[in-house]
Amino acid sequence: MDGVEQKDTEANAPSVIDRYYTRWYRADMKGKPCEDHCILQHSNRLCVITLAETHPVLQKGRTIKNINYQISNACSRLNNKVSGKSKRGGQFLTDFAPLCRITCTDETEYTIYSCIRGRLLEVNESILERPALLLEKPSTEGYIAVILPKFEESKSITENLLTREQFESVVSKRSVAQSQTS
Amino acid sequence: MSPAVMLPLKEKDKPIVQKLLSAGCCARCVLRFCCVSVHAAYRQPHQETLKELQTFISSDTENGKSQDPDPAAPESTEEDNKSQDASVSEASDDPPSKKAKLDPGVSDAPPEGVKESDVCMLCLGILQDLCGPSRAVKIAETVKTENYTFDTLVLSVSLPAQLCVREHSCWLHVKKEVREKSSVLDKDDVIQVKEAFKWVMQGLVAKELGGVAVVTKSQFEVGVEFIHPETDADCHFLATTCGDCFKPTKNKLSMFTRMAVVKALEKISDSKFLKHFPCPPTRPSSSCTAQDIQCLHVSVFVAGRYNKFCRSLPQTPWVIDGERRMESSVEELIAAPVLSSFRADGFNFSSSGREDVDVRTLGNGRPFAMELLNPHTSRLSRAEMKQLQETINNSSDKIKVRDLQIVSREAMGRMKEGEEEKTKSYTALIWTQKPIQREDITFIDEIKDLTLDQKTPLRVLHRRALAVRQRVIHTMNARFLDPHHFHLGLRTQAGTYIKEFVHGDFGRTKPNLCQLLKTDTDILELDVESVDVDWPPAIPE
Repeated sequence: MDGVEQKDTEANAPSVIDRYYTRWYRADMKGKPCEDHCILQHSNRLCVITLAETHPVLQKGRTIKNINYQISNACSRLNNKVSGKSKRGGQFLTDFAPLCRITCTDETEYTIYSCIRGRLLEVNESILERPALLLEKPSTEGYIAVILPKFEESKSITENLLTREQFESVVSKRSVAQSQTS
Repeated sequence: MSPAVMLPLKEKDKPIVQKLLSAGCCARCVLRFCCVSVHAAYRQPHQETLKELQTFISSDTENGKSQDPDPAAPESTEEDNKSQDASVSEASDDPPSKKAKLDPGVSDAPPEGVKESDVCMLCLGILQDLCGPSRAVKIAETVKTENYTFDTLVLSVSLPAQLCVREHSCWLHVKKEVREKSSVLDKDDVIQVKEAFKWVMQGLVAKELGGVAVVTKSQFEVGVEFIHPETDADCHFLATTCGDCFKPTKNKLSMFTRMAVVKALEKISDSKFLKHFPCPPTRPSSSCTAQDIQCLHVSVFVAGRYNKFCRSLPQTPWVIDGERRMESSVEELIAAPVLSSFRADGFNFSSSGREDVDVRTLGNGRPFAMELLNPHTSRLSRAEMKQLQETINNSSDKIKVRDLQIVSREAMGRMKEGEEEKTKSYTALIWTQKPIQREDITFIDEIKDLTLDQKTPLRVLHRRALAVRQRVIHTMNARFLDPHHFHLGLRTQAGTYIKEFVHGDFGRTKPNLCQLLKTDTDILELDVESVDVDWPPAIPE
């Protein structure tokens, strides 16, 4: 094989996410401070919904007590089933559709939202068994859900979202504001 | 005029002939409805036949046969194409009326005062001036221009669907007389327009092409098509009487296909038919139009194995939102020289699995096959195939082809059969987040038949069904390179997604290499080392 000469580049080696996904953000979801979501859009238009690293669940050494995909009496995201190439039967979600509720051991509760319009393909059941995954690897194994936007909306769904640069500037303004108030 | 073929008509044909001629039927259509199956009778110029028919009905010989009795003449034996009466074929040079008719600029005044220039209400001119030596010359010219290599050809004829309606009407018109001639005769015994057309044309086309056999089955098809817009509406009443026979179809221009019309005619009662359609059919004012002659050779299949040495070459053209992503592709690099050698119009490429754009395929390569559409050259010798392979291999250093050969359509199935069962070998360049030492990865070599649960990778989930698939990694071996890199060799069941096994795909492939090594791992390069499908057979260099 070739390319062995790159052996010392591991620090810069782009991760799977960097190579194939674009990061999009929604800050202060529904006006709730710091409840930031990160949407990873694959070049094939598919989106993985994750918690942004700034999300309160990942702050202050919180631990998770419970993750619940039952978002109402009538609807559980765990019942979502898709079949065939066309993914028939998947729940269709709009921007503010709740995906799950996370309760932390300090009794704080957070709702995670879809952030984009599209068909729900799967939710991450691994984090039900091991909630710690969400804290350890929020942007990979601790993902929340996979959503497939409509083909014709694959570009427009990210119009209301922040780019990585925009999000970083939001976050830095936040810390400035925080340091001023403190 | 040369001596005519004796028409095998009997006294009982007389009323049929009479009735048809006065209804505006051409001479050959009269023969068809008299169930005459002597090919030679159709081959003589239709004007000649008409004259004979006219003489026949005007003679009042009560005691039999036609006006020129010849006891030696065959009456209704099927004739071989080539055994046609010399007098007929020699006599078939067109009279001037023919050329005048085909050229719309020239007046088509009937020559010699014969009424025949009227277009037949049954065949709409197809068995008149559209069926003769000048048509054969045209067909032969087209075939020659396209420069196909072939031994035999089959002539196919496509007729306007309304011909069936007219045929049915005419059958009802003379049914009584035909039954009186012989009670066993039925509509099926009427010679079809297509048949009569071929009896006339096959020999003429064969002659024009220098004796090529025109047969009923051949790899090479020459299609003639006639349309007649003037009478297209003939069929329309059937849609209201037999609506269930006509369903709008996606790829057909009109729902009045020949098949649908035939089906509707089988269902409709005679009385209902007669209420909607004139019997006999009305005379058309114009003759059919001949469409362009279509030549088609059956597909040739070519198979081989390819190597791909480039990490920026997709297997097939990569188009996103109508925009080309990469300059070339494996299939295009192979297809270009193959298409030009076989002078084919197009191709369909298939292979035993496929590799990603950034993956190389080394070793003996990946089996592939391509269907060549409408090849103008269909046979290449072993040496020529070898030369073609050389041409492909000299055209690019991104790919290489071996075992290039012509195969049968059936044999192609062998390639797809092997796809799921067979094993594949890979080498991957792995990166580890935590530093490793030589001994940290030796345990990998001990792992045998590791079963993975692979959810459909996110990478392909947009176009494949979501499922968890079990795939087996039969063996692995690790070769240490440096504290963050090693080479991983794998022999796996076909259909295993290697990249996802390495990085885990958001934990959706379990177990994955990250779990096995307890550190994040990523795949930097991947090579297919072998695709273990034993087709196509190897060709010794």
